[in-house]
Amino acid sequence: MKKKVLAVVMAAGLSMAMAACTSQQPAEVAAPTEAATAPETTETSEPTEAPAEPTEAPTEAEEPVAEPEAEVMTYADYVAAEVDDPVVVEAYVQANQSWWDGKITVYAQDKDGAYFIYNMACDSQEEADKLTKGTKIRVNGFKAEWSGEIEIADATYEIVDGDTYVAEPVDVTDLLGKDELIDKQNQLVSFKDMTVVSVAYKNDTPGDDIYVKLSKDDAEYDFCLEYYLNGSDQEFYDLVGGLKAGDVVDVEGFLYWYEGVNTHITAVTVK
Amino acid sequence: MSGRRKAPLRKRSCLFAALFLVLLVLSGCHGSAAREEFSVPAELDASRKFDITFWAKNDTNVRQTEIYKDAAARFEKAYPNIHVNIRLYTNYGDIYNDVITNIATSTTPNVCITYPDHVATYLTGDNTVVPLDSLIEDKNYGLGGSRVAFKSVKRDEIVPQFLDECTIGQNIYALPFMRSTEACYVNKTYVEKLGYELPDILTWDFIWEVSEAAMKKDEDGKFVINGQNVMIPFIYKSTDNMMIQMLRQKGYGYSEESGKISMFNDDTAQLLKTVAEHGKTKAFSTFKISSYPGNFLNAGQCIFAVDSTAGATWMGSKAPLMDISADKVVDFETAVKMVPQFDTSAPRMISQGPSVCVFNKDDPQEVLASWLFAQFLLTDEVQTDYSETEGYVPVTTAARNTAQYQDYLSREGEDDNEHYDIKIKASRLLLDNVQYTFVTPVFNGSASLRDAAGELIENCVKSVRRKQTVDDEYIKKLYADVISLYRLDSIGESSEGKRDLGPMPAAAKVLLGSLAAVWVCILLANLCKLLKKHAS
Repeated sequence: MKKKVLAVVMAAGLSMAMAACTSQQPAEVAAPTEAATAPETTETSEPTEAPAEPTEAPTEAEEPVAEPEAEVMTYADYVAAEVDDPVVVEAYVQANQSWWDGKITVYAQDKDGAYFIYNMACDSQEEADKLTKGTKIRVNGFKAEWSGEIEIADATYEIVDGDTYVAEPVDVTDLLGKDELIDKQNQLVSFKDMTVVSVAYKNDTPGDDIYVKLSKDDAEYDFCLEYYLNGSDQEFYDLVGGLKAGDVVDVEGFLYWYEGVNTHITAVTVK
Repeated sequence: MSGRRKAPLRKRSCLFAALFLVLLVLSGCHGSAAREEFSVPAELDASRKFDITFWAKNDTNVRQTEIYKDAAARFEKAYPNIHVNIRLYTNYGDIYNDVITNIATSTTPNVCITYPDHVATYLTGDNTVVPLDSLIEDKNYGLGGSRVAFKSVKRDEIVPQFLDECTIGQNIYALPFMRSTEACYVNKTYVEKLGYELPDILTWDFIWEVSEAAMKKDEDGKFVINGQNVMIPFIYKSTDNMMIQMLRQKGYGYSEESGKISMFNDDTAQLLKTVAEHGKTKAFSTFKISSYPGNFLNAGQCIFAVDSTAGATWMGSKAPLMDISADKVVDFETAVKMVPQFDTSAPRMISQGPSVCVFNKDDPQEVLASWLFAQFLLTDEVQTDYSETEGYVPVTTAARNTAQYQDYLSREGEDDNEHYDIKIKASRLLLDNVQYTFVTPVFNGSASLRDAAGELIENCVKSVRRKQTVDDEYIKKLYADVISLYRLDSIGESSEGKRDLGPMPAAAKVLLGSLAAVWVCILLANLCKLLKKHAS
């Protein structure tokens, strides 16, 4: 009898021990469900890109951020601020680059001017989806300059309920080659009757930025189809990639700067 | 518009990779489909056709992409049944992110340009990366193998130090493809204009002193040295390398082979405070904060620009590749120097550059085909052609000794393109100082640690520019934030094998208690049995 009891106790102990090894809740092993896109059917097919939507945003190292109570600046105040100064602005989202790693880069504008908000903290794709065109946001960050591009860095934001604003492109063709052009930096602008000089894929292959050189009155200007901005619009990507030297085009885009004007194009009309 | 560079790493950080690394580590023990260990087939099946993929990295240099394509074409001539599909990248981070994503879906490439740090992460998966030892030694298809259909390089023709850098644990997991280091590209004209003589080996003190001297402005607010509104005397491209080299030169801790991290201490804090001091005056900045060092150097807005020797063609007022317009370029004499040192009698500089790894597949024949292409990248023509595109050096003595390469080196400065003097000087910097190079320990998580090292400098410089104080309290918090951001606490613990899992759950306590009780019962029963036997 004693042996039977002992055997039962031992069996129970062993079975509990085995159960402990195998019954871990799957939820404890963070499954990369979002991260792992559908497997390719063959080894030689196109590789799976790093996903745009990891399951959770990593914890960001705490950057020094501007005091949220700070007064909202006018565009003129913003222009007058020094690089590295804390800035607080309110503006309306016009477009954004794809959300990534808890960050999003936003093109924002109001009636007075425009802002390029680089890598703004944004917790999730769900939050990013709320930043639709015209949405008003209050942005806390620091004024920065990178290769001539004036931007807001290390920013946080909150959506401001109320009115919306969608900018109309400003025709700046006549400002090409003039110092005043930089006053329109980051705004949605248009250029009329430009002639295509060259089109080049970054890396020489489709799937990334497209560098476009356009000319006007014998001077050449750099434009870029920024892949993270509108590379997923295949029709537009193909249109820009298919431009030929000599084509005459009207172009719209955000007046970005990289060692000189380098507009991020958003629309092209071939004439 | 041939070579306009953008900032992919600026755009997309590797934090996602850090997160994914943790997921891989956590999931590695449970349920991942294990691939069988690779063993070398006796023979390559010539009756079969193989499509292999090669993920290649270039430096936004069209010539390099042409060389990759040409290499694939020549390889296919030698092996008409193997077709190579090339996918091009311009930075290691994107390759790394894509590979770890594709490990989860078993869609890794066959052959991939990589850093050993990254391979250590890839190895988290079961048999993901092929250990190359048996392939290298295979008498038929190994290095110098009798059945290789091209002039295969022999093992002893690879610079041993470079092959050692590809060894993780007991195995070789990659072949070195190219090697480079960092160089300090100096506007010698401005240094001398400031009243200094450029030493053979730069010291940190010298650079800080000259940089601060260059910050003097005239009454109009322009910098005296260049008459411009912009001057950032010292710009560092890769602040992770900056931190790592400073620590090594000082003999301070960084990491150990075991994965133990030893960077977050007072020694590092001292270095950070010095960097912050010069960040505050804006005599020092970084690529992430300001832009490419070469752009500022060529515009006469920087005196000491530290970047890879693999970026030499972008450096100097006659550089063949340029992002700034011609009217902004200032004429000056460029010197190519070793990165600044603390002790000029014992200089230390980092060894870097692409290696190539082979991913395991279900079909050993496919792996063998991939291996053959990987070793084709070490053939003389590929090595010499590619190394001549930038300030790289070939990884084989065979390529270095070719007439072509020796001729190339001898023609330094003959033109401002193929024989651009800065590019060849950059190559010579490594060729002549390879004994001073080092690499950091490779372990699962070493790539994250590297990112963290750079983050320390970036944050300190940003903070002082924003009028914050970098003191002990600041650095203590910075360490905590960076350790958390890159999840270095879990890396260190797993590597050291002492992970704090918190208080034991009640169920586990009951389980262990019952197991203990069972053993006590067994012992008591046996004891009783023994006593009874003894008594009878």
